[in-house]
Amino acid sequence: MFRFILRRLLQMVLAFFGTTLIVYALMFAGQGDPIQALAGERPVTAAQRAYLTEKYHLDATGVGGFFYRYVTYLGGLVRGDLGQSLTGRQISDILAAAWPVTVKLALIALAVTVLFGVTAGVLAAIRRAGVFDHATLVLTLLVLGIPTIVLAPLAQYFLGVRWPIFPPTAGAEPSFWALLLPGIVLGSLSLATALRLTRTSVTENLRADYVRTARAKGLVRRRIVGVHVLRNSLIPVVTFLGVELGNLMSGAIITEGVFNIPGVGFNLFRGIRTEDGPLVVGIVSVLVVVYLLSNLAVDVLYAVLDPRIRYE
Amino acid sequence: MSDFETVAATEDQSARRGVSGEPGTPDRAGRPGRSRSLAGDAWRDLRRNPVFWLSLLLVVLVAAMAAVPGLFTANDPRDCVLSRQHAGPSGGAIFGYDFQGCDTFARAVYGARASLLVGAFSALITGVIALVVGMLAGFFGGWVDAVLSRVIDIVLGIPLLLAAIVLLKRVSTSGETVRLFAVILVLALLGWTTAARVVRSSVITAREQDYVAAARMLGAGNGRIMWRHILPNALAPAIVVLTIALGSFIAAEATLSFLGIGLKAPTISWGIDIDAGRVHMRESATPLIVPSVFLALTVLAFIMLGDAVRDAFDPKLR
Repeated sequence: MFRFILRRLLQMVLAFFGTTLIVYALMFAGQGDPIQALAGERPVTAAQRAYLTEKYHLDATGVGGFFYRYVTYLGGLVRGDLGQSLTGRQISDILAAAWPVTVKLALIALAVTVLFGVTAGVLAAIRRAGVFDHATLVLTLLVLGIPTIVLAPLAQYFLGVRWPIFPPTAGAEPSFWALLLPGIVLGSLSLATALRLTRTSVTENLRADYVRTARAKGLVRRRIVGVHVLRNSLIPVVTFLGVELGNLMSGAIITEGVFNIPGVGFNLFRGIRTEDGPLVVGIVSVLVVVYLLSNLAVDVLYAVLDPRIRYE
Repeated sequence: MSDFETVAATEDQSARRGVSGEPGTPDRAGRPGRSRSLAGDAWRDLRRNPVFWLSLLLVVLVAAMAAVPGLFTANDPRDCVLSRQHAGPSGGAIFGYDFQGCDTFARAVYGARASLLVGAFSALITGVIALVVGMLAGFFGGWVDAVLSRVIDIVLGIPLLLAAIVLLKRVSTSGETVRLFAVILVLALLGWTTAARVVRSSVITAREQDYVAAARMLGAGNGRIMWRHILPNALAPAIVVLTIALGSFIAAEATLSFLGIGLKAPTISWGIDIDAGRVHMRESATPLIVPSVFLALTVLAFIMLGDAVRDAFDPKLR
């Protein structure tokens, strides 16, 4: 177990370097003139330009300059220093303010997913080919096929404006009630996937030999499904949920934008629009770490859930 | 989804392809036999699946819209007059006019072209990359597989939307055509991983089959085995994944255009119209709802089509 975790950690470090390097390179390649972008429409004096160039090492061009900046940046990252955005704010401060909102939103989405997705998935699998099963299949297909940019504005319009059940926008310091509708919209996609995954997994496990054995021993159905089948069926679902938590935190750009929620995705999008390279790379690296950590946690959780899985 | 009358399908013995000697018996424990009989079974399932026909119809409809939009509307989507801003439905424009005074329906019809172009070409490029990478990784195994699989892992770790935003920033001032190609390329470069994994696993399965050993014994080289013997078997699952990917590429294009970094103004795209309609939803919601429905139905059609075909080919679900 220890060796396994060690190996996974090493793998994670590799993936971390690979991903940050790619993101950093993309940002570097895609950058126009950051100094002008910072100044907006106003002219930039030569002295200001020289100062900023010096401060952010923008004069070093080519591969050497790129790697110089990348290594400098990584060094700061390891020390927990994400640097400043081009507007002069500490990126860690921006993130500290945005993080709780995004986590809250992601947790609401995850709760919706687990509560409805997994439950409905188990029910659909038990009553396979029944009315409920068909209805959920059609519904999940609908949800899977409808992009967030359709779902979010339409939900906002119908449930926020036309029939004002929920507040249409959240704004600063959003309450739970204001985050509920965005959370449902955000979670609907993972809900549909979790439902289908649970259904398939439970269906397959219901046919397994150990279920027949358990039935032959005279166990009641509720115990077979609730303990034996569920424990084995939830392994892929847990993986999915772990990966999804990372996705939910990074994938909230649209939802946070439409509902005006001041979270990480909102800041990230703003950073991209203002060509704020340091801010974008800072946020994305943190998101990558979150993603990798949730994957690691899931892998370790595997061993707890499934005794068949042994790591050397 | 193949639960729709699967049992009835087994009753039907009108197997037109001579090979299916034992038509889809309900409980097949082992793996499917020859690919032809599997395809025959799948086709019999599909023919009876209403979801398949419905999605196929939608796909054909959208393709027709993209090819000849003039068939569906007589109005010019770029003919915008501010004086009829948010005017209601009329004989001239069945869904009325949007904020700029353009025909909402005509814009939605003309929007199909950009979406389908992006979706189809991204899926095509994705397919080529996935086939090459999956084939090499699956066929050669060893360190080739190790390296390529790590590459897949890393690309899979990049959030598609974030990377696309960063990449497309570069062409933010370019012309219409350049942007279109940029969107296609970016989506393809970031979206090939799932298909590559599918190809890799089906290649690994096919590699161990007896007919590959037989071909090798007859002196066939690696290239010939890959091209003539393994590729045909890896193609079917790849096409299914690509159909679904096509749907999600259309959604991704609309999302990027919605954010203002994908396609831009003179190009007509559902994403742009949804964003524009969203701003004025309190005054008039039709300019938001119409392109939304078009986009959702198109994406749905491709996903349902892929889903139906996959289910029909999956012997486990029989």
